Amino acid sequence: MSLPLLSLVTFVPLVGAALILAMPRPDAARWIALGTTIVTFALSLMVWAAFDPHNPGFQLVEKMDWLGGGISYHMGVDGISMLFVVLTAGLMPFCIAASWDSIETRVAEYMIAFLVLETMMIGVFCALDLVLFYVLFEGGLIPMFLIIGIWGGKRRVYASFKFFLYTFVGSVLMLLAIMSMYWYAGTTDIAALLTNPHFPPQMQTWLWLAFFASFAVKMPMWPVHTWLPDAHVEAPTAGSVILAGILLKMGGYGFLRFSLPMFPSATEMFAPLVFTMSIVAIIYTSLVALAQEDMKKLIAYSSVAHMGFVTMGIFTLTHQGVEGGIFQMLSHGVVSGALFLCVGVVYDRMHTREIAAYGGLVNRMPLYAACFMVFTLANVGLPGTSGFIGEFLTMLGAFMHNSWIAIFAATGVILSAAYALFLYRRIIFGALVKPTLQTIQDLTAREVAILAPLVVITIALGFYPQPVFDVTTPSVAKLITDNKASLAFDHSNHGVLAQAASGKLAAAEKGTGQ
Amino acid sequence: MVLLPELVLAVGAMALLLIGAIGGEKTAPAISFGAIALFVMAGAEAIWAVPSHASAFHGAFVADDFARFAKILILVGAALCILLADEFFAPAAMARFELPVLMVLATLGMLLMVSAGSFIALYMGLELQSLALYVLASFNRDHLRSTEAGLKYFVLGALSSGMMLYGISMIYGFTGSVEFSSVATVVAQSGVGIGLIFGLVFLISGLAFKVSAVPFHMWTPDVYEGAPTPITAYFATAAKVAAMALFLRAILIPFPHALEQWRQVIVAISVLSMALGAIAALGQKNIKRLMAYSSIGHMGYALLGLAAGTALGVRGVLIYMAIYVFTNLGVFACIQAMRRGGKPVEAISDLAGLARNNPKLGLVFSMLFLSLAGLPPLAGFFAKFYVFLAAIQAGLIWPAILGVLASAIGLVYYLRLVKIMYFDEPAPALDGDMAMGSRAILIVSGAVALLFIFAASPVITAADVAARSLIP
Repeated sequence: MSLPLLSLVTFVPLVGAALILAMPRPDAARWIALGTTIVTFALSLMVWAAFDPHNPGFQLVEKMDWLGGGISYHMGVDGISMLFVVLTAGLMPFCIAASWDSIETRVAEYMIAFLVLETMMIGVFCALDLVLFYVLFEGGLIPMFLIIGIWGGKRRVYASFKFFLYTFVGSVLMLLAIMSMYWYAGTTDIAALLTNPHFPPQMQTWLWLAFFASFAVKMPMWPVHTWLPDAHVEAPTAGSVILAGILLKMGGYGFLRFSLPMFPSATEMFAPLVFTMSIVAIIYTSLVALAQEDMKKLIAYSSVAHMGFVTMGIFTLTHQGVEGGIFQMLSHGVVSGALFLCVGVVYDRMHTREIAAYGGLVNRMPLYAACFMVFTLANVGLPGTSGFIGEFLTMLGAFMHNSWIAIFAATGVILSAAYALFLYRRIIFGALVKPTLQTIQDLTAREVAILAPLVVITIALGFYPQPVFDVTTPSVAKLITDNKASLAFDHSNHGVLAQAASGKLAAAEKGTGQ
Repeated sequence: MVLLPELVLAVGAMALLLIGAIGGEKTAPAISFGAIALFVMAGAEAIWAVPSHASAFHGAFVADDFARFAKILILVGAALCILLADEFFAPAAMARFELPVLMVLATLGMLLMVSAGSFIALYMGLELQSLALYVLASFNRDHLRSTEAGLKYFVLGALSSGMMLYGISMIYGFTGSVEFSSVATVVAQSGVGIGLIFGLVFLISGLAFKVSAVPFHMWTPDVYEGAPTPITAYFATAAKVAAMALFLRAILIPFPHALEQWRQVIVAISVLSMALGAIAALGQKNIKRLMAYSSIGHMGYALLGLAAGTALGVRGVLIYMAIYVFTNLGVFACIQAMRRGGKPVEAISDLAGLARNNPKLGLVFSMLFLSLAGLPPLAGFFAKFYVFLAAIQAGLIWPAILGVLASAIGLVYYLRLVKIMYFDEPAPALDGDMAMGSRAILIVSGAVALLFIFAASPVITAADVAARSLIP
């Protein structure tokens, strides 16, 4: 395979953005953007086709010298990251299509922002160098900031600043941790750091906390989740889809890629903290969601709760828990994205997201009601939808680890049914009494074309999740065995290493004291 | 051939002055052109004709890769600033032939500064630069602010020069030498006494004034605001590179054995500069004052590389200054393009909605600000990256943490500028037209900010070579 597939899938959107910039006619922007995202999606499917599911290591690897000194342009995917590339590339055409009519001002700039964002997001999942990862991880902030700030709702400035600052502060600490790792290991190559990291336990603690600061905000975990509802409410529909569908997944991906395999001792030490935060997220934000008056805010809080399941599953370090976490992220990417698209459909018609402004939509919008129902049930985690598989597996993993965690998490499932069905009843059912709703129209052909594939994926993955597990299982198995092996290494060498470290420190002090 | 670039500038400046004096005001454009030609010649000689390891005047003048790196940056900055100045003064019928001549003389001083091998040479270069800069700051002589800027700069600059001289005399008194290398030998042999520390602190104070680091930054906002925009650009780019390069050499060469003593001072002024630059910029209403606080903050980051005290730290500072010069030139070209009805405007609120009235200018302007904020994938990120990398390696964890937190605060005001340009309702449109020179500077500067990520490797290698010529 000589074609640099991963570089192509990453940088084709950038080419599309440049094309829009060079195009004198702004009305071509929509078509160029749609074409670019579809080509990117096709390329991502080629990545899937070229991917060997039996190989747990990194595949389709590309490596080039970049900054020198052990910092290189290194791309590659394994079973953990590959499907996120497909998910990102797959959601983008929907986002472009959903913005077709609803974005009327500065269309070219909007499309450019989305395409640049796509490059950054896909790159994050492909990057096999910490510096490259960081550059792409942070690079996505600028286009998202503009998307919320320019095309957002009333409080867009507040929301965009909050989004930017929360994520930025978390990330800069990770940057310092990356630098410490560089000086300790002599490289920022992720593949090299995965095979032989063995940072001293004391150092692991600090590194873990620095990475956690970044990923917990991105995820987002309680109590640093407060930027998410604001960002979601103010962002345009497609922006919400990307936020919920992809950006949140970077946190979970970061835990899987860095925290678990590179800092095993610290992961073991902090797991109870993560479980506590996850449980609080699941129960507390579900209760908060129950009280929301704004549709997008409700779905945003439900996202926080669902990400709680993901962190819980990942940190059980059981096969079921980790795979469940990955599946939950993929499924949530599709389902929450679809839910935001559904909100966008009625918002485009009525220009309000207030739940109280709706009611009885089933009378005039039966198609819409059916689609919305599928996604609502998937959000609840009904068997037969993709939402069930991830939730069930993460809870299974939690149960194997500690049954109390699973018990608390299970209450979250009940609460999610409560808020989701409550939302559905208030919007869709009841009599159509509001005079403003009397003339509302059902889905247009464009909207059907957007929602129908998502319905199919949601149900198909619910009945037949095997294609996902085929890809993820070998890599997850390797992740868990590697983690256990490094952990055993840390435990057996704890005293020796600590001694060596303190010896080094003393020598260093002597050196500088002279 | 060690002194060739300096000789070219010195003889050239006098020749241009003669031409101007004989030919009168109408020769001003030709003299600007001549000055740029001089800079290009000096730059070419610095690259090709000057040897990598040589000295003159018994070690008072040193030519090495470090000096070469800094000189090229200074000459590029100076040449582009003359280009800006030409376009700034010509429409207002204020073009005078003295301006390019003064800039050539100031640049000559800067070249001498970065090559200084002894404290006497350091002081001569510094004063030649400073005296020319005082005049330049008040060049807009019928303008109250400009005159005030020049006077303020002169009084405070003279004070700092005095402090530095006092420090140098103490160092001389306690080591018996003014040459950097001999001072280093003496310090290595006889240790660091209290008198030497006194001298060192006064020296650092004087140098900190020149790079406008806290607590010697007070002159910066007033001078930046009052001086004509292209002169401010000159202060912010060429002058800062020269002062920073001088700072590195005058600390690292004579005092490697007093690392523990000066490091705490440098760390303190570095962290304070970052913090003050970030916080004080939040409330600014004038774009040039904002850039003053921004430059105070940026000098703080660069000084963190000096605090590391290693070749990696020097490399970090050089990369930082290189990116900083190109970004700032672009920003000042944008500021110079802020005109309404032919008159320059400077309020930040005048930028409102710029992205809608003038999308291209808005895009480049915001990109440069985001680069200054240090956001990847723009060039400014790599500037900060290499400085922090050196600081972490030197064990300066806490200054690094404070630094990144200060950069998060600084981010707020840079984002506010982007917000004003992109989110706010448009103010009355600015004049759209831009002169050719400014346009070219913008393109270069924008390209550096955007494309540095793809071509970082040669710059890093060059900075590495330069740093290792200072600290092997």
